[in-house]
Amino acid sequence: MAAIMEARIDQEQIKKNGHGKQEKSGFPYAAKVFVRDSNAVDFPWKIAWNSETCIRCGACVATCTFDSLQPRLQRRGRSVSVGNLPRPAEAADVMIAVRQVNDLAHYCRGCGMCEKVCPTGSIRPVANGRNRFPVVARKGGSPIKRGGRAHLIPGRVLDSIKVGRISQMTDPSLDAARHTFDMLTALGRGLPADKLPLKVEDGRLVSTGWSPPMHWVYPILIGDMSIGALSWRMWEALALAVGYLNEEYHLPVRMCSGEGGMPVKLLTSKYLQYMIIQIASGHFGWNRIIKAMPQMVTDPAAILIKIGQGAKPGDGGLLPAEKVAEHIQAIRGVPHADLLSPPNHQGLYSIEESVQKMFLSMNAAFQFRVPVAIKVAASSTSVSVFNNLVRDPYHIVGGFFMDGIQGGTGAAHEVNLDHSGHPILSKLRDCYLDAVAQGRQGQIPIFVGGGFGETGNLAADAFKAICLGASGVFAAKIFLQIAGCVGDEKGRCNACNTGLCPVGICTQDPSLVARLDVDAAAQNIVDYFLAVDQELKKLMAPIGNSSLPIGRSDALISMDKAVADRLQIGYAC
Amino acid sequence: MCRIAAIKSRNPLPPAPVLQMMIAMQKGHDNSGFAMVMQDLDGVFAGRKDLPLLSMACTPAGLEQADEAMDRLGFELQFDWRPEVDPSEQLDIQRMPLYVFRNYQYPETFRIRPMEERKKLLVDTRLALRKLLAESNQGYVYSFWPDVLTLKEIGDPRDIAEAFHLWKDNQPLQARVISAQCRQNTNYQIVRYAAHPFFLEGYTLMGNGENTFYQKNRDFQQRLNPAYTGFESDTQCFLYTLHYVVDTLGWPIQYYKHVITPLPFEEMARRPDAPVLQEIRQACQHLEINGPNTVIFVLPDGKMGIACDAKKLRPVVVGRDDDMVVAASEVCGVNMILPDRNSEADVYPGERELVIVDSSLEVQRWPQ
Repeated sequence: MAAIMEARIDQEQIKKNGHGKQEKSGFPYAAKVFVRDSNAVDFPWKIAWNSETCIRCGACVATCTFDSLQPRLQRRGRSVSVGNLPRPAEAADVMIAVRQVNDLAHYCRGCGMCEKVCPTGSIRPVANGRNRFPVVARKGGSPIKRGGRAHLIPGRVLDSIKVGRISQMTDPSLDAARHTFDMLTALGRGLPADKLPLKVEDGRLVSTGWSPPMHWVYPILIGDMSIGALSWRMWEALALAVGYLNEEYHLPVRMCSGEGGMPVKLLTSKYLQYMIIQIASGHFGWNRIIKAMPQMVTDPAAILIKIGQGAKPGDGGLLPAEKVAEHIQAIRGVPHADLLSPPNHQGLYSIEESVQKMFLSMNAAFQFRVPVAIKVAASSTSVSVFNNLVRDPYHIVGGFFMDGIQGGTGAAHEVNLDHSGHPILSKLRDCYLDAVAQGRQGQIPIFVGGGFGETGNLAADAFKAICLGASGVFAAKIFLQIAGCVGDEKGRCNACNTGLCPVGICTQDPSLVARLDVDAAAQNIVDYFLAVDQELKKLMAPIGNSSLPIGRSDALISMDKAVADRLQIGYAC
Repeated sequence: MCRIAAIKSRNPLPPAPVLQMMIAMQKGHDNSGFAMVMQDLDGVFAGRKDLPLLSMACTPAGLEQADEAMDRLGFELQFDWRPEVDPSEQLDIQRMPLYVFRNYQYPETFRIRPMEERKKLLVDTRLALRKLLAESNQGYVYSFWPDVLTLKEIGDPRDIAEAFHLWKDNQPLQARVISAQCRQNTNYQIVRYAAHPFFLEGYTLMGNGENTFYQKNRDFQQRLNPAYTGFESDTQCFLYTLHYVVDTLGWPIQYYKHVITPLPFEEMARRPDAPVLQEIRQACQHLEINGPNTVIFVLPDGKMGIACDAKKLRPVVVGRDDDMVVAASEVCGVNMILPDRNSEADVYPGERELVIVDSSLEVQRWPQ
């Protein structure tokens, strides 16, 4: 507790600033720092602390993973009565106070953990909208890095789109609670009907040979987040949820490993069938995967070749050394260092070559039993890439995953996050309509990601993308938020790159990871999927469809004329 | 909602029975038109079954254009029949100036060619005539095929029948297979081409309900075959799918049902032919019927088929006596012309079956 002492204030002393010079203004504390020193005004969040209600328990300080809060002794003046004949006198108490640390290594990220743990509601971060962060944060010549999603996206196109074609009178709406819905989508290369290896035998069609592997999966996939970017507990929670959804609810949700390998125990278990294994330019984790192949008891759901991601298109993966803990080193087969995946797959020269080399080798590795898909960042050139892949003569390109500018990341340069990339919807539409123009829709299923579920409403986002031509969507950050991530697109937290995740999701520090309850996180994700499943049905029922309305853009309208024109859907006002 | 009915009979019939069915099935203020396709013809067209029959409605200028085009292509006119149309203004019918039904002899070079090549010639010719008359706005070309006659008109079906003297039993138009539909009222900008039954290369189809996957169907079909055109009605898509599955792909007819209403995944997975069905579902995912629809169709060999949507949201019933089998969207239609049949033997096709009526009038129920 604060000590209390009486003292007379040395007015002369405090009139001098920290450099011993006399203040001209007469404000006693005004110039204790240089104006160029960092200050709370510079940073995006300010701590509001109520000394009167604070009980000095220290929970906030202990909880803050960024060391943005420090306890300090504060001298507080007060008037007292002294003497036998009471007369007023100045006195002061020294109390413990909570001080915000205002330097670039420890600035407040606004995660709000202090507020969460405070038993008296005495502390909270307050957004400092007029901060100077962008102009002070590049000290040392280092670009700003962070995690999360893009911050500077004006408006949200998905929200201007509504399901406007409702079944009434001419055809009946369905009953979401009682009708049977058949909401699976094909993952894998589809052949045109006239190219299927079928022949008529005794009045029935029978197979005459190999056709590309294809799985019917739930149209919402868990996007690629690696062990490394995520804590092992968070990754485990996702895998647990996926296993539970499949085994208990028969909802064939699939999850992508991300570029970071997988635990051998999972690789050699039957649950591998629910996993999409990613191979990216760093090939992290593939040593273990290849070695585990002889012991695999089932095939993975798919292989995903990652070329790019929407949050930082043209850039490779980045796992800061802070997060490369021993177990990450073991899984990935790397030393303790920053892990930078190259921006390109080594040796990749052209699209056709990628089909011949990367797709063929990954197909061959699993003896042509596993769909091999590709993930690229949405770009002005996406249609050309898609178009080229659709012409793959070997029928080994099993999916086209496209990630938009609103996609999330564990670590990226802010300049990329906020200023490079391409919105996903127009590119999805372009690719789908290009396939339609060739009569090849569905032959390479298009899966899109990037900001889906950003507002928490994943079912609505997914449904709209499906109507625009997507075979399905992949989402990632929403599942972290369900597990407890507090990050948002307005600058809250976004510290996934620091290894100091305050909720144990994006860190490898055992003391922080312990904050995450694996089972509770998995349960939350399962619950969310079950709700999303119901919500998808609540959107399909009014348009009278029990199968996925892939490409049924007539079901959509936009209240924004420019959006309607661009996406070739109806405009309504 | 469209009222649809088809009759397959041992003996030639006039159009009156299907018209009676239409009137019986009419509800409220529907019926804004009447369309019919007659196959396996008798009457005035008996003896000309091998010659392609052109059915069109046009202006004199349109006929002139068509004549020139047919001459150019080398078709020789063999038989020309035009119905007498009652000019009475009391009748609710939007008459075209001319109704043309003509048998042609194939161009000389095609007379010895295989039917496959002739089929293409006939379709190309019909599409060319259609385009020609559409561009000049001089008429409509409905079918050009041996032993097939098509009539489509806007107005009250009773009055249309009156105008064309279709009520008469003893009359030139006779056929063993007749498919007919009364237009519904939903779209007041009525286009004659939007009236089913639709016909393509020996396949006739009509349906009722709303094709909720119309856009998906159309987007996919318009690249499959140049003859898959028009799309004035969402029901046209069902004909094109039928033609694609049976004619283009050569799949047995029961796979039409697998394409338009695929089995639920769980059910599919339990079947020994699951891999084949899954491949079909993937390849034909844009040809699915996912709304409330019943389809009644006729195949080139004269077999009649009936199928429902996967939720059986639209009705259909098949009744019969010794001489004919009747399929209709409402049972009152069947009652109208077969009041004395054994109605306990009526078939109400389920959502997972395909009903086929073969040439011996046997009604086969094929579970999906």
